[in-house]
Amino acid sequence: MSLKVKKDTGVQTDHPSGADLLVDVLVKENVDTIFGYPGGAVLPIYDAFHRKKAPFTHILTRHEQGAVHAAEGYARVSGKPGVVFATSGPGATNLVTGITDAMIDSLPLVVFTGQVAKGVIGTDAFQEADVVGITTPITKYNYQVNDIRDLPRIVKEAFHIATTGRPGPVVIDIPKNIVTEFADKSEEYDDKVDLPGYQPTIYPNPLQVTKLVEALKVAKRPLVLAGAGVLFANATEELRKFVEKYQLPITTTLLGLGGFPGNHPLFLGMAGMHGTYAANTAISECDLLINFGSRFDDRLTGNTKYFAPDAKIAHVDIDPAEISKNIETDIPLVCDAKEALKALLDFEIDMPGHEEWNRQLARYKEEKPLWYEKPDELVSPQWLIEKIYEMTNGEAIVTTDVGQHQMWVAQYYKFKKPNRFVTSGGLGTMGFGLPAAIGAQIAKPDELVISIVGDAGFQMTSQELAVIRERNLPIKVIIVNNSALGMVRQWQELFYEKRYSESLLTFNPDFIKLAESYDIPAMLIDSEEKAESMLKEALNSDGPVLIDCRIPQEECVYPMVAPGKGLQQMVGVEKTK
Amino acid sequence: MRRIITATVQNRSGVLNRITGMLTKRQFNIESITVGSSEKEGLSKMTFVIDVSDPQKLEQLTKQLNKQIDVIKVQDITDKAHVVRELALIKVAGVRQQHAEIQSVIAPFRASIVDVSKDSLIIQVTGKPDKIDALIELLKAYGIKELTRTGVTAFLRGHQPQVTEMNSASI
Ligand SMILES: Cc1ncc(C[n+]2csc(CCOP(=O)(O)OP(=O)(O)O)c2C)c(N)n1
Repeated sequence: MSLKVKKDTGVQTDHPSGADLLVDVLVKENVDTIFGYPGGAVLPIYDAFHRKKAPFTHILTRHEQGAVHAAEGYARVSGKPGVVFATSGPGATNLVTGITDAMIDSLPLVVFTGQVAKGVIGTDAFQEADVVGITTPITKYNYQVNDIRDLPRIVKEAFHIATTGRPGPVVIDIPKNIVTEFADKSEEYDDKVDLPGYQPTIYPNPLQVTKLVEALKVAKRPLVLAGAGVLFANATEELRKFVEKYQLPITTTLLGLGGFPGNHPLFLGMAGMHGTYAANTAISECDLLINFGSRFDDRLTGNTKYFAPDAKIAHVDIDPAEISKNIETDIPLVCDAKEALKALLDFEIDMPGHEEWNRQLARYKEEKPLWYEKPDELVSPQWLIEKIYEMTNGEAIVTTDVGQHQMWVAQYYKFKKPNRFVTSGGLGTMGFGLPAAIGAQIAKPDELVISIVGDAGFQMTSQELAVIRERNLPIKVIIVNNSALGMVRQWQELFYEKRYSESLLTFNPDFIKLAESYDIPAMLIDSEEKAESMLKEALNSDGPVLIDCRIPQEECVYPMVAPGKGLQQMVGVEKTK
Repeated sequence: MRRIITATVQNRSGVLNRITGMLTKRQFNIESITVGSSEKEGLSKMTFVIDVSDPQKLEQLTKQLNKQIDVIKVQDITDKAHVVRELALIKVAGVRQQHAEIQSVIAPFRASIVDVSKDSLIIQVTGKPDKIDALIELLKAYGIKELTRTGVTAFLRGHQPQVTEMNSASI
C-alpha cells in the first residue's frame, strides 16, 4: 500500500515515526510485557514507549542475558511469546546465549535489536555488530528492517513464526534511521503475512495413525515417552486420557516433566542420563515406544546404538526434520501432539494385554527407586527438594539453573501440572534460573515461584536480584550451595580420577549479605533440624526470600548413564555399601 | 553419494547465508551451489551438489532444507531424468602458433576461444561437469594459468521415463 516516507527533519509532526509505528504494532500483537535494556540505537523506540504511554510493562533487567532468560521463563509458563529489546552491538551480542537457549528448547521469542543507521552499516560504526549474521544459526528466522513500510508486516510475521509450528526465537534488527523516519499514516501499512514456504503440518496423516493403532494391537511391552511437544500442544489432558485408557506406562524427558502427573501410578519417572531405573529399563525392554513430542536428545537416549533395541519406534513431532534424525523411526506422525492424541482416542484399540509388563515395571519402581543417604552434617540436597515438593504439593512453578541441583529437582520434585518446570534443557545454560523465575513470576503473579540454583550458576546472573526487589516479586531463591561447580566436580570424580581441576570454589561471597544488599530477606540453612521450619517460613512469606542452603560437596547425582554408554548400563542404581 | 538438489526459495535478504550456514552447521559437504533468478519474480532457484554419506543423512538434508522458512520447494533430482550444466572459463598459456592446435583439441567439446592475448587465451566451455573435467585434463598439457567454474545448475527433463535407467552417477 502507498505510504509516503519523509526524512527525519527533527521537527515534530503529527505523522507517526517508525518508533510510534512499532509501539502500535506491538499493542496490536497484545504484548503486555517487554524485557529489555536501552541504548543509543533504540533510544527513539524507548522514547516512544514513554511518550505514547505504551500499555505494556517494560522490565529493565540488569543485563541483556537476564532479559532473554526472563522472556523464556515468561514464555514457558504463559504460552505467550516473550518479547525482548536490546540496543545494537554489545546489547545485541549479550542476547546470544539466551536466543540460542530458546532455539534449542523451542521457546517462542520475538527479539528486537537496535542497529546503526542504514547509511553507516558496514563501516564498523560505533556499536555496530552484524546481528543478522550472528543470529542466523540461532534463530528460527530473522529480519533486518530496510524500509519503514515493511515494519508492520515483519513484526506480524515474526510473531506468527515464533508461535506456530515448532516454536522458536525470531530476531528483528532495526536500523536507527527506520525508527526516526516518519510514516504518512499508520493505518495504511500492509501487514499481510507472506510466507509461502512456511506451512506447519497440524493434523496427522490417517495412514500413519492406522499404522500406530495396528502396532498397539500387537504390542506386549508398550511405552509412552512424552517431551516438551506435549506441553507446547496443550495436550496433557489428552495424553492422560490416552495413557489411562490403555494403562500404558509412561516416562518423560527433562523438558517433558509436568506433561504427565509426576505422582501418577503409571509414571516411571524421567528417563535419560539421570533417569530412574524403571524408566531407563522400560526403554531398553519395550517392544513399542511411542514418542510424543520429544526430539530424542542425546541426554535422553544415551548411546543410540543401545536405545530401545527391541522396539518399534513411533515418533509424533511437528517438525518433520526431527523424524529419524537421531533414532530411526518406523511410524512417523508429523503433526501437533494434541491432534495425534485426539486421533488415537477416536479408536477403540484391542490390545493384547500387558498387565505382566506393567507389573514388572511397578516392581522396578518399587525395588529400585531413587535413593540417597543423609549426610552427618549439612543438608541432603535430595531431601531438600523432597521437602519443597511436599510443602508445595508439587504445584509450584520451579525454575532451575544447570547442574546437579537441576537433576535433583527433576528427580525429586514430582510436577503434577504442566508448564511449571522452567529449566534450560538443550543448551544447559548456567545463569538461566534466576532471570527465568522473574519472567515466570511476571507471567503468573499469583503463583508461587521458586528458583532453585547452584552457587556457581547463581553468580552468573545474580545482578537480577535487583529486579526482584524493584518489582517486589515474591520469588523464593534457593541456592543449593556445595561451594563447587558441582556437576563438573562429579564428572571429574567419576571420569578424571578425582582431579578437581578448577571446579571447587574456594571463595564465595556471603550470599546472605549479598541478598540483604538488595534488600531481600535471606536465611542460611546449614542443618536439617533448622531446614523444615525455615523453609516453611520462607515459602509462606509474601515477599522475596533468598536461602543459602549448605550441602556436602561430595554429593553426586545418581543413577547415571556415563557418556557413550547405553541406558541399560546406568550406574549408581543402588547404594554401594 | 553425490546428489543434485534443487530448491525454489523466496528471494529475501540473507537467504543464501541462512541456507549455507545450516548446511555447514549440519556438516554437509557442499561441492557447489548456484543461485539465480527464476521464472517468477521474487523467487530464486538454487542448485546444490552435495556429497552425502548415507540415506538417513540425505533425508535429513532435504528435510532441513524444507524446514527453512524461505524455502518453497526442494527436489532431489539425482535419480530422475535431468539436465545439468556448468560453465568454465579456462585461461591457458599459448602463443599464436599453438592456436590452431588448441582449437582442434577443444572443438569436439564445443568449447570456444573467447579471448586471445600475446601469450594466453581464454576458453569457454559449457556442459556436464565430467565433460568439463575431461577438457581441463587435456588442456593441462598447455599450462593452465587460471580456471574458474560456475558450479552446476540443473533442471528436471520435461519427460520422465517410467523406469529410470539413467546413469545417476555421471552428473
Ligand atoms: C554457561 C555455562 N558454563 C559452563 C557450563 C558447564 N557446567 C555444567 S554444570 C556446571 C556446574 C554448575 O555448578 P553450580 O551452579 O554450583 O550447580 P551444581 O552442579 O553444583 O548444582 C558447569 C560449570 C554450563 N553448563 N554453562
